[in-house]
Amino acid sequence: MKNLMHSVAAGIVAAAFVSQTFGLRAETDTIRVDGSSTVYPVTEAVAEEFQASTGGKFKVTVGISGTGGGFKKFGRGETDISNASRPILEQEIAECRKNGIEFIELPVAFDALTVMVNPQNTWVDKLTTDELKRMWEPQAQGKITNWKQIRDSFPDAPLKLYGAGADSGTFDYFTEAIMGKPKASRGDFTASEDDNVLVQGISTDKNAIGYFGYAYYAENKDKLKAVPIDAGKGPVAPTEETVINATYAPLSRPIFIYVSKKSLERPAVRQFVEFYLKNVADLAREVKYVPLPPSAYEKGLERLKAGETGTAFGGHSEVGLHIDELFNRPLKK
Amino acid sequence: MSADSKTDRIQRIIARRRRHDRIFSMIGLLLLLMCLGTLVALLADLAIDGLARINKQFLTSFPSRFPARAGILSAWVGTLLVILVTACTAIPLGLAAGIYLEEYSARNRVARILEINLHNLAGVPSIIYGLLALGLFVYVFQFGRSILTAGLTLGILILPIVIVATRESLRAIPLAIREASYALGATKWQTVRHHLLPYSMGGIFTGIIIAISRAIGETAPLVTIGALTFIAFLPPSPVQPQPPFVSLEWLKSDFTVLPIQMFNWVSRPQREFHINAAATGLVLIAVTLLLNTAAVALRYRARKRVRW
Repeated sequence: MKNLMHSVAAGIVAAAFVSQTFGLRAETDTIRVDGSSTVYPVTEAVAEEFQASTGGKFKVTVGISGTGGGFKKFGRGETDISNASRPILEQEIAECRKNGIEFIELPVAFDALTVMVNPQNTWVDKLTTDELKRMWEPQAQGKITNWKQIRDSFPDAPLKLYGAGADSGTFDYFTEAIMGKPKASRGDFTASEDDNVLVQGISTDKNAIGYFGYAYYAENKDKLKAVPIDAGKGPVAPTEETVINATYAPLSRPIFIYVSKKSLERPAVRQFVEFYLKNVADLAREVKYVPLPPSAYEKGLERLKAGETGTAFGGHSEVGLHIDELFNRPLKK
Repeated sequence: MSADSKTDRIQRIIARRRRHDRIFSMIGLLLLLMCLGTLVALLADLAIDGLARINKQFLTSFPSRFPARAGILSAWVGTLLVILVTACTAIPLGLAAGIYLEEYSARNRVARILEINLHNLAGVPSIIYGLLALGLFVYVFQFGRSILTAGLTLGILILPIVIVATRESLRAIPLAIREASYALGATKWQTVRHHLLPYSMGGIFTGIIIAISRAIGETAPLVTIGALTFIAFLPPSPVQPQPPFVSLEWLKSDFTVLPIQMFNWVSRPQREFHINAAATGLVLIAVTLLLNTAAVALRYRARKRVRW
């Protein structure tokens, strides 16, 4: 018993020492951010720079509860800013309204879903959205199992599918963009929430095809081959340019931060959000996301200044919207 | 002739049984080596990836978007403080409950129901504890998404393990010891305090350490109650320069822990982050091994004092 007391006491002293040595002494305002893990790398980069540039005057915390989990906390007023890889939904808006939380919707970058094959795959030069649909739709389960079934010129080789796990926003977006209905997908494919697993799978399997976030492709360009997507206007490969000018459709989507209007009354939060919009273009590129065109950030700053609340999406997600539309549409509160 | 053939037969039977013995021990050895091999392979894999990354910078830096600048300072301090709260709640509660159930409570239906449920609790998935804690500690008690909440959550999570270990250790003490104590006029409490507890300390320590090691590696319940990922500051210090010199502010602080940091880095696209994750894994294993070694040492000392 005595030994135990000793070790507990030693633990307290050790913890005290550590906090004493490194801890911040002065009371500071904490800016709380939570939400999507897709948006996390971008917000992490901004938070890091913001803290460095203000010399530790403000504290920023960022969590990864997921878009839905983040909105739950946001709707209860527990966080100042919510990271989101999709627009806010009807019931989440209702929750905010119930608790008197008004929000400002700010797109901050693009995330392009990339369709990927093995570099040894010589036959795929492009895929149409119809072909992708035939590959992934629920009816294909157990039936479409060979490359030849997708296009006659393809070889007689087994079709090995890799995709995002059903809990991820990537899965929701891909299924909605290709099948026209969120979560409508065949189930017999190798699924993982961790995109690195998919990278691994596709890079070691000649007959593989899969989809995941652009950042993972950008890091593994030597191991993977991106497939240009043809949505009726000719094949378009995912690049920064095609994502920004919205020709890489329908697989690119904006990612957002939602800011509580009440929190903006605190100078720390306002300063952070302004810093976010002014610096995210460079920072997003550093973490391999595609930044929005500069005009979008200017409009974001205007919206922030005017305190315009509401969402441009009306409480449901939408595919293939041009970034300008996000600022021109009337906002639903 | 017939006597000879009888000895022959007996010897054959003996030889066969010896052979079976040898085969069994070989299978046993093989399985043991397989288990050890897996462990060594895992550790080696982590070490090859991560060992070179562990340095002072890594241990004293906050998370960063640059893998080379990122570190686990907020994570290991968070883990330490959360586990401190866990130990301070689960150990006294678990010990007391274990002693009560084993030495004081009547052997009746209520006790049996308690016992069954205790074992059930030990098998409940950890995320359920996270949900319970979210409802109880965060929303009802208003403790916030803090170190206190996290510590209490993990405390409840490991409580059944501590209780069961305490009971098993107490049960292993011969009845004669208790009777001898009573015969000398000791009260029940004196018997527990001066005999049963010291004698069972070895087993209890083992149980506590297994429990704490499990708590250190938990992620799911902490994500549920809202542990953070990016946090570039440390909780306020428990020791203050001004009177009253101690402060419990740190209990209310936001936090992150090692497994969450590791989880985040594993799922990032850059390979350098995966190396950081491996290094974090090594630190986590080192902390656990350190605790285990401490436990073995404590147990050894506790056992040495026991003479009967």
